[in-house]
Amino acid sequence: MMDTLQQLFGPLWPVVWTLAKIVAIVAPIMGAVAYLTLAERKVIGYMQVRIGPNRVGYYGLLQPVADGLKLLFKEIILPTAANKFLFLLAPVLVLAPALAAWAVVPFDFDMVLANVDAGLLYILAMTSVGVYGVIIAGWASNSKYAFLGSLRSAAQIVSYEIAMGFALVGVLMAANSLNLGKIVMAQQGGFWEWYWLPLFPLFVVYFIAAVAETNRAPFDVAEGESEIVAGFHVEYSGMAFAVFFLAEYANMILVATLAALMFLGGWLSPVPFLPDGFPWLAIKVAGLLFLFLWFRATFPRYRYDQIMRLGWKVFIPVTLVWIVVIGAFMQTPLGYLFH
Amino acid sequence: MNNPIVYDLMAARPEILVLTMAMVILLVDLFLSERHRYVGYVLSQLTLLGSAILTVATHTPGVAYVFNGMFVDDPMADVLKLMMSLATSVVLVYSRSYIATRGMYRGEFFALVLFALLGMMIMVSGSHFLTLYMGLELLSLSMYALVALDRDNPRATEAAMKYFVLGALASGMLLYGMSMIYGATGALELGQVRNALMSGQPDHAVLILGLVFVVAGLAFKIGAVPFQMWVPDVYHGSPTAVTLLIGSVPKFAAFAFFMRLLIQGLEPLGIDWQGMLIIMAVLSISIGNITAIAQTNIKRMLAYSTISHVGFLLFGFLAVGPNGYTSAMFYISAYVLMTLGAFGILLLLSRQGFEAEHLDDLKGLNQRSPWYAFIMLLLMFSMAGVPPTLGFYAKFTVLQAALQAGFVGLVIFAVLMAVIGAFYYLRVVKLMYFDEPIDQTPIKPQADVAFVLSVNGLLVLLIGLMPEWLMELCAYAIAQSIQ
Amino acid sequence: MIFQDYVFYALAAILLVAGLRVITARNPVHAALFLVLAFFTAAGIWLLLEAEFLAITLVLVYVGAVMVLFLFVVMMLDINLDKLREGFWDYAPLAGFVGVVMALEMASIVGVRHFGVNVTGTPEPHPVNYSNTAELGRQLYTDYVLPFELASVVLLVAIVAAIALTMRRRKDSKYIDPAEQVKVKRADRIRMVSMPAEKEMPENGEGEQA
Repeated sequence: MMDTLQQLFGPLWPVVWTLAKIVAIVAPIMGAVAYLTLAERKVIGYMQVRIGPNRVGYYGLLQPVADGLKLLFKEIILPTAANKFLFLLAPVLVLAPALAAWAVVPFDFDMVLANVDAGLLYILAMTSVGVYGVIIAGWASNSKYAFLGSLRSAAQIVSYEIAMGFALVGVLMAANSLNLGKIVMAQQGGFWEWYWLPLFPLFVVYFIAAVAETNRAPFDVAEGESEIVAGFHVEYSGMAFAVFFLAEYANMILVATLAALMFLGGWLSPVPFLPDGFPWLAIKVAGLLFLFLWFRATFPRYRYDQIMRLGWKVFIPVTLVWIVVIGAFMQTPLGYLFH
Repeated sequence: MNNPIVYDLMAARPEILVLTMAMVILLVDLFLSERHRYVGYVLSQLTLLGSAILTVATHTPGVAYVFNGMFVDDPMADVLKLMMSLATSVVLVYSRSYIATRGMYRGEFFALVLFALLGMMIMVSGSHFLTLYMGLELLSLSMYALVALDRDNPRATEAAMKYFVLGALASGMLLYGMSMIYGATGALELGQVRNALMSGQPDHAVLILGLVFVVAGLAFKIGAVPFQMWVPDVYHGSPTAVTLLIGSVPKFAAFAFFMRLLIQGLEPLGIDWQGMLIIMAVLSISIGNITAIAQTNIKRMLAYSTISHVGFLLFGFLAVGPNGYTSAMFYISAYVLMTLGAFGILLLLSRQGFEAEHLDDLKGLNQRSPWYAFIMLLLMFSMAGVPPTLGFYAKFTVLQAALQAGFVGLVIFAVLMAVIGAFYYLRVVKLMYFDEPIDQTPIKPQADVAFVLSVNGLLVLLIGLMPEWLMELCAYAIAQSIQ
Repeated sequence: MIFQDYVFYALAAILLVAGLRVITARNPVHAALFLVLAFFTAAGIWLLLEAEFLAITLVLVYVGAVMVLFLFVVMMLDINLDKLREGFWDYAPLAGFVGVVMALEMASIVGVRHFGVNVTGTPEPHPVNYSNTAELGRQLYTDYVLPFELASVVLLVAIVAAIALTMRRRKDSKYIDPAEQVKVKRADRIRMVSMPAEKEMPENGEGEQA
């Protein structure tokens, strides 16, 4: 069948084939995003001894579809004197990097769209671009509340990016590579060989920073639904508003996947008698995502100055020290512990 | 010792000491109470002393290239580093009470001074476009910050802004020129650049464009006309302690920068850059000296005087050959010694809430303190080039070198300009001795300032009478370093 | 032309337009955003030149960090560019003349005649397993270790300078000391008092009448 298709498209075939692969990655992600919202409501519901949505479809399974349809038919209100182009560009700028980063994420051995050497850097670069959507959204709304919200949220994202980046430095030191596939392969050998153990402080810092980076509870001062209703996206409505949430959940899945790849052995099996494969990655990502939801249901929200203090005065020093520790250990005979 | 990196690091011991201590001072300062600020000062002085001692102790007459040819440890570098360490130490002695009364007596001040010194040391020892540039940036960045450090002073902020914008422009020009030369020769290391030029292969047009930008960038940094615009404003606007620093020590580094880039790297293009230097030298001497006459602010006056001195310095480079370079090095040493003293007097006259920066502030200095008036007299005579002071001898050697190289007309012109310049220096003397003081506040310097300032002033006379040893030192440094 | 050529020309065109808009945009925020676009397209061009590490670092550092801070500042300042541009046309002829002369001078040198492929030679393509990132790392930490370390010192000076110039301790600002917060014990905050469970009702109900 491939050959016929190849003949059909002729010289355009590489482009078409790449596009097909992109769709094959993005479509399931969007599906996962939709059902992550449902999972969130269900999980938090059960944690709070409620049932959660159960009206639309069997066990509420069609709830995300209904939500999507509702938002699609709502009007997108443009504030007066808002910068229309930037106002509408901002949600796209939030979502696009969250999806673009998937290009270098391997799902299994050799199952990756672009197997580039500097994959980890690429991901860092892409996620760091996402903050533009937040800033532009706040500024283009021409509203002081949105603007203040965007400053708070952007400052938070930028601050935690540093801790995240340093945590990844530890990973690439251990793996000797920036290629995500190679990082996973460097963790072969079962549960105790994965990097969560030698890089435990970095793993913890990375995961908490990831929660902060995605503006999730308990770091969700940007949204703060019980206090300030919303931050940078306070002026958005309808589908434009929905895109911000799509991006938030897509980002959650992305950082959870990255954590699974870098610290939990990706698609590798934890025990030698079971084969490696994509299901393991899915299980690990699902477990990490569950943690995201669990945090939200459990922890009270941080105060803004506490968020900044945690990021700058706790996480960054911890990562810096641990990087030095790794580097020093690698010079000793005990260096193998970190590889 | 067999590890090459150890060998590399051994050659850079003074730099490593300065760098380490700058960071130590930054950290120590965090834990100091307001009463114990002097610890930073003491540590800085110890660092400077240590760097001077290390420079002398590790001196060898040979030339050693380390860090893959990026760093050179030769006698010229050692002599200049020694002088820079000592000059910085003198700067700190003079500025201590000034900065203490203006809220700058903090660890950052000392750390930035040391970082600036580190940058200069790197410039002096750079033998690669990259190291030279990094040293220059380190120096410039520290200087910008130092100028602005008195941050509630709008004039200082303005000066810092001008300095920063023009300095960044100059850096850009320098880099652009270096990239052109790299494009033509395919080399960044000075020795390789020189070899490539000697082979005659590189594209001459590209080289010339690069050279123009490099020389313009250099001229900006050293403050030669027509790139002198920032000098008076920065000298005027900066806190006097910082003006003292800007006006003195970096000139050593600028001299070394010229030597490394133009002589060691681009000497084969000498015919091309000589023309540019002649124009800059002539303009600097004339505009510097003539404009200085019109100044009423002594810091501005000294700024224009610097410009004219830079012109004389360039004469030393015109006379291509060890003779000229030796005289230029001698001139720059003399210049720094005089500038240190002159600004030292200004700092002496300044006190809390009062800036001595107008010519009128010097009126009747003789009645207030005959000794310091005498010192200032020596300094002014020396700057003007009155025999038998150091300044006279410095001008004499530079012009003699230029004369030997055949620039007769230029030398006559320079002498004429020096005579014009003598006017404004002697005016200062007249104000000190023949006018009534406006301000009667007694001058009571601390013992260390009194001692250093007196030695500084007397040295100007003594070295003028016995210049041979300094001359020999410079000749030794140049002869051992420049092949 | 091959595919890469089209990509190059497209990126170069965007880069030029973006660069031009940086200096012509009336709104400073727009100018900053165009600069972001310019960085992005420049990174694309670097990718074409097989400098993928530098390209990604450009995006990571300049787009991801530097320009964000730029935008912060530009957005918070209410800059009136028209006021800043007062007198622009007075100086335009002279500036334009100088600019044109410099551009001509540069164009006469920086061109195909001096830097064309026939002069410099075609660069050799790298082998397939060549890693730009690893090669850069090796160079930086061996041959170029001195400038590399110096660059870090320059950055340190920049940090020191920025903090020394901007940090002010306001005397009237109120601090929360987190360490103190954490040390708080229950006894510091809660005082147990013994109270009767119910308040005694007034006998005559006078209060109610009032």
